[in-house]
Amino acid sequence: MSVAASPADDAAAAAPIENPAARALMRRHRVHGWEALPWLAGIAFYFAFPDYLSFGCDLLVTILFALSLDLALGYAGIITLGHAAFFGAGAYAVGMLATYNIWTEPITGLLLAALVAGVIGFLSGMVLLRTRGLTLLMLTLCTMALLEQAANMAAAYTGGFDGLPSLPIGPVFGVFAFNPLYADTQYLFALSVLFVCFVFMRTLVYSAFGQSLTGIRENILRMHAIGSPVRRRVLICYTISAAMAGVAGGLWAQTNAYVNLSALGLDRAATVLIVLILGGYGRLYGAFIGAVVYLALEHFLAQIYPTAWQLGLGILLVFIALFARGGILGLAEALWRRYSGKLSRRLRAERAAP
Amino acid sequence: MNAVAEIAGIVLGGLAAGTVLFIVSVGLSVTMGLMGFVNLAHGAFAMFGGYIIVLTMNRAQYGFPAALALGFFGTAALSVVLERFLYRRLYRAGELDQVLFTIGLIFIFIAGTTIVVGSEAQSLQLPPSLSGQLNLGIVHYRTYSIFLIVIGFLIALGIWLTFERTRIGGQIRATVDNRRMAESLGINVDRLFTITFAFGSGMAAIGGGLGAEFLGLDPQYPLAYLVYFLIAVSVGGLGSVIGVYYAALILGVLNFVLTLYMPKGGTIFIYALTILILLARPRGLSGGKEQ
Repeated sequence: MSVAASPADDAAAAAPIENPAARALMRRHRVHGWEALPWLAGIAFYFAFPDYLSFGCDLLVTILFALSLDLALGYAGIITLGHAAFFGAGAYAVGMLATYNIWTEPITGLLLAALVAGVIGFLSGMVLLRTRGLTLLMLTLCTMALLEQAANMAAAYTGGFDGLPSLPIGPVFGVFAFNPLYADTQYLFALSVLFVCFVFMRTLVYSAFGQSLTGIRENILRMHAIGSPVRRRVLICYTISAAMAGVAGGLWAQTNAYVNLSALGLDRAATVLIVLILGGYGRLYGAFIGAVVYLALEHFLAQIYPTAWQLGLGILLVFIALFARGGILGLAEALWRRYSGKLSRRLRAERAAP
Repeated sequence: MNAVAEIAGIVLGGLAAGTVLFIVSVGLSVTMGLMGFVNLAHGAFAMFGGYIIVLTMNRAQYGFPAALALGFFGTAALSVVLERFLYRRLYRAGELDQVLFTIGLIFIFIAGTTIVVGSEAQSLQLPPSLSGQLNLGIVHYRTYSIFLIVIGFLIALGIWLTFERTRIGGQIRATVDNRRMAESLGINVDRLFTITFAFGSGMAAIGGGLGAEFLGLDPQYPLAYLVYFLIAVSVGGLGSVIGVYYAALILGVLNFVLTLYMPKGGTIFIYALTILILLARPRGLSGGKEQ
């Protein structure tokens, strides 16, 4: 009371927004106009390419799966090679419930898939997340392999290697039925599910919880030092990420109306990792860009030139790891910074010298 | 008598497979221990060397020892080039970049092999002196398997002696334990790493060639056996020759038994065991409990 406030304090109290860093932080989570673009593109795709809707479903499922991995890997920094374990858990949950006619309603089916995958994520995370580095990589990889072999062994229930074909999936809201031959309902359903999950994830990563995850990724020791419950937060994040991967898997099973062992393998885990890193991890839209670029290239190149596709993919991965760690979005951001930096410097120079 | 023969046969077959696994993985263990580099592409060097060995024998009619030597040196030379120009840039990068980079290398090797040689599996023609049966008293068994087990034991012994008794082995052990301290003492870790990387890749090449007869050899090799190499290394312990030797032998025997008696999904026990071991000892069987 008695001490007069210094001018600097006054300025800080009156106009904290003047500080460019504070302003940037406050603006970060605002919804930008361009964020409508992916959703407009998603709707436009429905009308523009009616013949490619099942490809579109695959694309949406891959985006959702990559988003879930982004939460664990991009935000909390958990390096996992076994994320397909949760995708597969969700897919088999939906598939087995549908095959035996226990539960065919799609929306609650996805919630059940999330529950099953989330429980597996929570239980495995409780023990796995104590480790780091190669040990963590191996443990996630082995957990996935364990589930894969379990699904292979329990062939009486899971269909083994052949999987479960032609799942009966109920209509959405009891009205919109899935047509197994034409994927229009499936596409719109998948787009809606992706939108809901994305809004959830966007809110989550900009919340205080999400910020603390970024802190854990950037400097885990400092987060321990300031008293953040690091292990609990990482476990919660891993569980949510697993549940979301389960939704992606469930959606995959519903839109394709089948489940097989390919849901659980190293191939799928590696592919989603490549998709995410290609787009740029730790940024919400990396999953979108990565999935579109990867699947479009795969769809059109891999069938015609499979070997060249693999060679090109390998060279691309090496290039990204060596020179473009932020993926496509990181590269775009760097270019933009450079360009806009040059522009603002030129403007300043013009203003300074009238 | 019959049961004894059956058990002996299973154990010998498993030990032979485990020996091949050891020869391929030992270099990976040492290089990972030295630099902490997650090199998933190690199997690609085994495949590259395996192809050199098999092709020189089948097409150029080289003898088995000459082909093995050629595979060893050819692969070691290639690995030095890759290490100098590519791997080196990523030593200080995160694991994620290393994983991505080495997965990319695997794809390049797979595609390259498919383009140059073709996608069909290659078969190794054993020299006549190794292709018969050997009388071991209680059981007749394939000469080649016995030969592999003996060779593997000699290699393990040789590497172990190098580690324990020579100057360079001491430098490697010191660097695995504490790299910064070793650097402070004037050990040239970069050079040490290049040497061990080349040697490890050469050993992988020999493993690829020796194992081609029963593991098969086709362009998918580096992905097909990736998990086994990683299990051997992580269970055995990074930078530990003896640990990897035991882990590989156990893994070989277990895998042999399980694929024989439970062909459908029997490998589940291998993964479960690996998880349990790594949870109890995150640094592997030979590593300490935790840092």
